[in-house]
Amino acid sequence: MKVKVLFFASIREKVGTGTEELELPVGVASVDGLRQHLRARGGAWAEALAEGKLLRSAVNQDIVPGTNPVKAGDEIAFFPPVTGG
Amino acid sequence: MKISVQQEDFDLGAEVKAIARGNPKVGAVASFIGLVRDINDGTTVGAMTLEHYPGMTEKALETILAEARTRWEILDCTIIHRFGELKPTDQIVLVVVASGHRGDAFAACEFLMDYLKTKAPFWKKEQTPEGGRWVESRDSDDQAAERWK
Repeated sequence: MKVKVLFFASIREKVGTGTEELELPVGVASVDGLRQHLRARGGAWAEALAEGKLLRSAVNQDIVPGTNPVKAGDEIAFFPPVTGG
Repeated sequence: MKISVQQEDFDLGAEVKAIARGNPKVGAVASFIGLVRDINDGTTVGAMTLEHYPGMTEKALETILAEARTRWEILDCTIIHRFGELKPTDQIVLVVVASGHRGDAFAACEFLMDYLKTKAPFWKKEQTPEGGRWVESRDSDDQAAERWK
């Protein structure tokens, strides 16, 4: 079963894509787990999603902490702190 | 209640008229407009691109408005936020609150802007003489939102 992952603003530019569908890897059960999995791709991914880097995440369009669980069918987004208004 | 995330410009007069029309309980209408400045952090800004998260943006604005309605009497409200390419002096955001009395209208309008700035998924990228740069979030915006807790 798949999840949809979205990237916005500076993170989208760094990783070179705004959206990706991927098979939820075995053992990945949280937003932080997914972030770690994507980071392991290295290069721009490691940089954009680096540990300690200030970024926000959302699951199914609600802002959540990194500890939030993820499951098949979820829409998960990574983005920098917002700057609208 | 009207929430719109759009590329097109908006007209304050038309929105204010629409919000109070035909409702004799409305005694106060407060509004705020945010504009693009031509300078930020000491650097000239020639243009700006506003990116957002379609779907979540509208949902976040609805949540913020629902929160405001638990705190103040809001008889009607309009929130419009633009996205896409904007240039200095362009309008970015509009909040209009109609209430029975000015206290609620003023407070709710300020609260909506403070929460919008820290919770709605918009990102600004400025074009400067040195190239494009993403605007960084400000601690002062977080503090402005914190004071409503």
